[in-house]
Amino acid sequence: MISDKAKEQIDAWIKKYPEGRQSSAVMEALKIVQAENANSLSAEAIQAVADYLDMPRIAVQEVATFYENYNHKPAGKHTIRICHNISCMLNGADNLIDYLEQKLGIRTGEVTKDGLINVKKVECLGACVGAPMFQIGDKYYENLTEKKIDEILATLK
Amino acid sequence: MNEVCFKNLNKEECHSLKVYRESGGYKVWHKILQGEITPEEIIDELKTSGLRGRGGAGFPTGLKWSFMPRQSDGQKYVVCNSDEGEPGTCKDRDILRYNPHAVIEGMAIGGFVMNASVGYNYIRGEFMEPFKRFEGALKEAYDAGLLGKNINGSSISFDLYTHLGAGAYICGEETALLESIEGKKGQPRFKPPFPANVGLFGKPTTINNTESFASVPEILANGGQRFADLGVENSGGCKLFSVSGHVAKPANFEIPMGTPFKDLLEMAGGMRKGGKLKAVIPGGSSTPVLTAEAAMAMTMDYDGIEVAGSMLGAGSVIVMDDSTCMVETLTRLAHFYYDESCGQCTPCREGTGWLYRVLKRMTDGDGVPEDIDLLLSVQDKIMGNTICALGDAAAMPVESFLRNFRSEFEYYIEHGRSMIKG
Repeated sequence: MISDKAKEQIDAWIKKYPEGRQSSAVMEALKIVQAENANSLSAEAIQAVADYLDMPRIAVQEVATFYENYNHKPAGKHTIRICHNISCMLNGADNLIDYLEQKLGIRTGEVTKDGLINVKKVECLGACVGAPMFQIGDKYYENLTEKKIDEILATLK
Repeated sequence: MNEVCFKNLNKEECHSLKVYRESGGYKVWHKILQGEITPEEIIDELKTSGLRGRGGAGFPTGLKWSFMPRQSDGQKYVVCNSDEGEPGTCKDRDILRYNPHAVIEGMAIGGFVMNASVGYNYIRGEFMEPFKRFEGALKEAYDAGLLGKNINGSSISFDLYTHLGAGAYICGEETALLESIEGKKGQPRFKPPFPANVGLFGKPTTINNTESFASVPEILANGGQRFADLGVENSGGCKLFSVSGHVAKPANFEIPMGTPFKDLLEMAGGMRKGGKLKAVIPGGSSTPVLTAEAAMAMTMDYDGIEVAGSMLGAGSVIVMDDSTCMVETLTRLAHFYYDESCGQCTPCREGTGWLYRVLKRMTDGDGVPEDIDLLLSVQDKIMGNTICALGDAAAMPVESFLRNFRSEFEYYIEHGRSMIKG
């Protein structure tokens, strides 16, 4: 369930915390395991993280369901996380969400048939002076327009 | 403008150790390592500077640092709160991207003052670009022998690590943030005990905002009085303001405290496409909304914004023009707090849901005249009745939107549609 490479990455996080406090690495461990397992966390994945960090399964489950960045059902290869909070809303985020839905033929929360993309409406991502914006992977795309969205979508493979 | 956290903003590679050092960076840290400054002197300078917590609460930083039991045995921690997520706020992201060494030096100085040999910078999980930038700066600092154990042969040790969030606004609350570093759900702790006594891993801990830490080296390099003189009485120094919404040139501006709002609006290019100013949220979504008249008469400092009827918060200025429907805007904010309530305190968990559902009913065209009193009653029952400030943050916009723009709500209820958008 957890590859050697993932274990190495998790171990690097564990080293940041005092001895016996390896549970501090749980948030990153879940992200690392999620990335390795089609971008979502199964019950087995959560159990594997719990075992690896010597935590009760329920404690890991709590973290995995409390924070927003974990998926519990299949997600696309790329998740478009589009902000719809106030500064983005004032700058037309709702129209861009409609545009994305039309263009991709899905509603927010759904995955395209080819499994490539899903769209998630999220709360403020802290880039308000670049509104409207969304995030794909590690990258922020700001000052979005329909034309810019077309160009970005064309790069997603 | 741009005299403290942003002073190198226009230089190439402004985030690099080289540029930071060329502008006097790490000089204070070197003095500390050579035993030339005492913790007491630093606390005095910070008190003189008038620096107040830049994350939103505005608590005097010098005083906060003096609360730590520095003489007590055992591990102590300094923690930087880079979990920026208050709608309208995006300044810490730019500090991490463009001046990460000021945060590192500020945290190291804090570690020295409070006798804490370990620090954590909690960066929100979505901020991967700022995270990588900060990690790069950390590596530079370690390679240059500025961090670590017995730095430069001194008795001073300071190790600094990053911790990433995973998407929860509540972790910006300092005790929720500590829970999160411990690998738990981010639910705020009951206080007392305060973190200065029982903090991270049960040890004395001081948590400051990114901008607060990043301001410290500059304050100490040039003296607290100079920083204080940049601002006005009771609001020392410069502050970063994120100006977003219906302005022509939205951006972050580091300006002296006490600058008139109308000047800040001008810096942001004025209103967009000839729109007319209607409303301003001056300190982030949690602070009360102001009418155009109140905003135009306001100065950007703690007291000036309070006199106008709101709060400075994190300096997140959301500008709205006359095309804005206040009912729909408040509904969006209510959804945010409903989504982000951690669920621990009943008034907040249930109340934020009530606020959102009643407003949603209104914008769906199904509002009833009693809804306005119902909203006021619900917000009043949340206010002051929760462990942390998220409850108040959800309540305050409701009261202020209804007070300042009540006729729009009445219109929406009566006609089932927006007075502004038709």
